[in-house]
Amino acid sequence: MSELTFFGYRRENNRVGIRNHVVILPLDDLSNAACEAVANNIKGTLALPHHYGRLQFGEDLELHFRTLIGTGANPNVAAVVVIGIEPGWTARVVDGIAKTGKPVQGFAIEQHGDIETIASASRVAKDFLQAASEARREECPISDLWVSHKCGESDTTSGMGANPTVGNFIDKTDAIGVTNCFGETSEITGAEHLCRERAINKEVGDKWFATWEAYMNEVIEPNKTSDLSESQPTKGNIEGGLTTIEEKAMGNLQKIGKHARYIDVLAPAETPNKGAGLYYMDTSSAAAECVTLQAAGGFAVHIFPTGQGNIIGNPIEPVIKVTANPRTVRTMGEHVDLDVSGLLRREMNLDQAGDALIDMVIRTCNGRLTAAEALGHREFVMTKLYRSA
Amino acid sequence: MSSSPPDFLVHDEKDAVGVVVVENIEAGQRLSGWIMDADKTIDVTVNHAIPLGHKFALRAINNGDSVLKYGENIGHAVADIATGDHVHVHNLKTSKW
Repeated sequence: MSELTFFGYRRENNRVGIRNHVVILPLDDLSNAACEAVANNIKGTLALPHHYGRLQFGEDLELHFRTLIGTGANPNVAAVVVIGIEPGWTARVVDGIAKTGKPVQGFAIEQHGDIETIASASRVAKDFLQAASEARREECPISDLWVSHKCGESDTTSGMGANPTVGNFIDKTDAIGVTNCFGETSEITGAEHLCRERAINKEVGDKWFATWEAYMNEVIEPNKTSDLSESQPTKGNIEGGLTTIEEKAMGNLQKIGKHARYIDVLAPAETPNKGAGLYYMDTSSAAAECVTLQAAGGFAVHIFPTGQGNIIGNPIEPVIKVTANPRTVRTMGEHVDLDVSGLLRREMNLDQAGDALIDMVIRTCNGRLTAAEALGHREFVMTKLYRSA
Repeated sequence: MSSSPPDFLVHDEKDAVGVVVVENIEAGQRLSGWIMDADKTIDVTVNHAIPLGHKFALRAINNGDSVLKYGENIGHAVADIATGDHVHVHNLKTSKW
């Protein structure tokens, strides 16, 4: 197992990516149009429009910067053009990304207008794209791989098949030096006692519990108007047979397997800095928000087990779909990368399913497009903590 | 590994509910199930049509009782539930929020 390798792009900071994007990154909502124009001029670059970046403050503003900088710094990104309405905050994003050593340049629209900005940025984007096109994949040890995990549109088959398959993947790859990450704070509710116990030590377990409790006390309790039925569990979860948050949480936690222990608790979009291991990231349980934060944390490939058939993708981090629901395989097969419904029929065991997932991850790392990539799913959704000033 | 695929799965021997893993289960059908952690098989007759992925009671559950799945508490019954009854949002509620 430990001799497993994949072919990736080794970046200036020694992180390894599995895609080679040149990103045109807006600082704020106002700069989306210019970024999309640049991406239209320079074929093969990727604009990442989003809704925010104006009048944010405090921790919400810090998260905004961390998400944008982390997205640009992700090793699946070769180079970045940043466009913002004004130069100050634009430079802050550029400087953050530049710490990786990768090519990055910023442009501000004020005192230039869209048209001149688009022209200048397009020239730089073209140079970045041509340079990136000469990057070559090289063989890398599996320990260079960072993998994030989040499930969605779960049903009871998630807890019986797809999520335990991910758990088997994490148990096996944690033992050979892969960096894995899970999250979804509200969705651990009902299994919080079990999650706390899966920390590497009491200090980390306490840190996790404090994170979970803060989410309950600051997000859920003050804002809830009911028992959250149809939100958590979602309407789709309920359709699929999940009844309560406790049941959903127990299924969710199957994703971390039986043996691996998380070594740290990350803030949203925070990059791990304690070496290889399993990390927890404090995220919403909404698919696109969670994967966007994990991609900004530096994860190169995402494993997404689903029951009823969540179709999410991410623009920079390939999302691999795994399902054990035979009806989803039949009705939504174009969204499924790995079918483990044989687990429910006892045609395969968990060890075989986990090995099949490792194989699919390596093929994806080597360049195989995921179903979500082929279908054009590029959900880039910033997490916003509260209203702007 | 097994000759005939199960109609339902059970996570843990302590569980009060099983999950149907095939389509088109009708009321009155006798189903064969597999208890995963104990690697045992059991048979139960269901009282309702149970959609794929939905739960039914493996034994009688009294109104107010905790309901176990994965060997853990997943909420409490809000009605008396008979062996073989469909168990979902109409008779099982969260004990959290």
